[in-house]
Amino acid sequence: MKGKLNYNLVVALVLLVVAALLPLFLQRTSGGKYNMIVLTYAMIWAVAASSLNLVLGYTGQACLAHGAFVGIGAYSLAIMVDRVGINYWLALPLTCLLTALIGCLIGLPSFRTRGPYFAIVTLCFNVIVYAIFENWTWLSGGYAGQPLTVPAVLSGRLARYYFVLAFLVLTLLVLRQIVKSIVGASFLSILSNEGLSEAVGISAFRYKLLSFTVSCFLAGLAGALFATASGRVDSSITSYLHSFYLLIYVLIGGVATLAGPVLGAVGLYFLLDRIKGLGEFRYVGFGILLILIIIYFPRGLVGGVNQLREWMKERRSTKTSPREEVAG
Amino acid sequence: MSFFVNQVIIGIQLGSQYMMMALGLTLIFGILDISHFAHGHIYMVGAYILYTLSVLLGINYWLALPLCMAVLAVAGILVERLVYRPLRGTPAINTFIAAIGLLLAIETLVRGIKKDAVRVPVPVDRSVSVLGMSLEAQRVIVIVGALLILLFLQWFIKRTRLGIAIEAMAQDREGASLVGINVNRISALTFAIASALAGVAAVLMAPLGSITPEMGSLLILKAFVIVVIGGLGSIKGAIAGGYLLGLIEALGVAYISSTYKDVFAFALLIVILAVRPTGLFGERAA
Repeated sequence: MKGKLNYNLVVALVLLVVAALLPLFLQRTSGGKYNMIVLTYAMIWAVAASSLNLVLGYTGQACLAHGAFVGIGAYSLAIMVDRVGINYWLALPLTCLLTALIGCLIGLPSFRTRGPYFAIVTLCFNVIVYAIFENWTWLSGGYAGQPLTVPAVLSGRLARYYFVLAFLVLTLLVLRQIVKSIVGASFLSILSNEGLSEAVGISAFRYKLLSFTVSCFLAGLAGALFATASGRVDSSITSYLHSFYLLIYVLIGGVATLAGPVLGAVGLYFLLDRIKGLGEFRYVGFGILLILIIIYFPRGLVGGVNQLREWMKERRSTKTSPREEVAG
Repeated sequence: MSFFVNQVIIGIQLGSQYMMMALGLTLIFGILDISHFAHGHIYMVGAYILYTLSVLLGINYWLALPLCMAVLAVAGILVERLVYRPLRGTPAINTFIAAIGLLLAIETLVRGIKKDAVRVPVPVDRSVSVLGMSLEAQRVIVIVGALLILLFLQWFIKRTRLGIAIEAMAQDREGASLVGINVNRISALTFAIASALAGVAAVLMAPLGSITPEMGSLLILKAFVIVVIGGLGSIKGAIAGGYLLGLIEALGVAYISSTYKDVFAFALLIVILAVRPTGLFGERAA
């Protein structure tokens, strides 16, 4: 057990060092500078995907409203700073709190359902949010969108890259603590047997709602980072398509693992940018890939690697069988 | 007053479309426990097949109807065989996620081939007078067509051997297979029927609006809302819920707001879930 922990830690540290040093190389060429911007957005989606993973991976409920929460976060930061005139550094935590509050209010009726119906109810919420931002131009700024003036410190692309990277690391540390803590154990027990965990006194509803609220807080953060990186938001950020993409990032990377969503989001976002020339047809492959993953590798890339490691360990000592499902 | 009656008739026509879609979904859910979220995209493909047949190939509209149904029935069987059957026995959410992959693939494929909206001409280009009001003939065709389908389905499930086998499987899957009902065959058949139903809805509705790759997304959400409102797996609920939603939308557009016409369904869903999570006719909680 201890050896495995160290192994994960070493991999994480190596990745962090690579991510921190990468801009030094990328700064040199113009193509590299472009790729740095792509990577910045990819890490923002990694924050959003990790937040979704808290709900999908650790309570087993597929939320399809995270596109809306990212959008709400992006808009509320831009509106608070540019229209209300609140200081950026104060508006940033306020944005996350506001998104968490809205998430909690949405979670209340939504958690009366479960499984596919929870997904549909949250998707309905996303459709409503999208319709509001599309039609209510006073709120969304219409075609031109809502501009955001970022502090001078964050005006360079290098500064933005490190800013987003710092928040990604922070997000992962927070998630790691939650999952490891007693709360995390409660989430997992709900995932594996909701009835039993209710019987031993874990209120499934309360913990699901709690995880959902925390998750929305982080999705709001991802939205705020998006607004900061792009300097302008329009209604397309609230689209439910983002909810689908986030789901795909999490599942392909590996659900219920810390590294999975980050790997999925960064890898796929970067890949999709590489094959831009294919236009819409890129997403055909995306959809088919999702079907194949869910049939053959329900635990995603990272889950697959872990499975392989467990299998190798099992050859030495016959022990636990791997879980075959994404979520209960 | 006549404006009100007019909106009610439009509501029934919208409801006919919703009812046909929700019926397919609830059949699949009730019998196979699958949340077939790509059903709206099957509908969208049906509309494009109609466009291909009647506009590009010049085939008569009424001949295109059975052709379209047949193509979609085959498509439905393929979807069941290739996407859902390998996932049998896994948690419901896995099936749902596979459906999202499927709809993403279908939608982007169609958009990649033909991005712009297309139209299909109405087969009967005249208006008829109903209750002293002049209505487009196509609206009447939708309403009557949906009723005929409903009667046929009722007869099929209650009176034919295959229909009875389907009902048996809906009630008890294990028991049905014990008495020799072939579960795989019934699964395929259910998907074929539901997809053909979506085909009818698509062919009847297509001349009334433009055909776009996105048309399936909103429709499937509404159909699911109906299934939840009516009660999961309840055929009665799907019929009542379909017409109810159609009426609410038509009257909402007339008296509240036309900008937010697509939002009524979802607001209704949240209200119903807060008050009665099992839906109007169901016993199973969503």
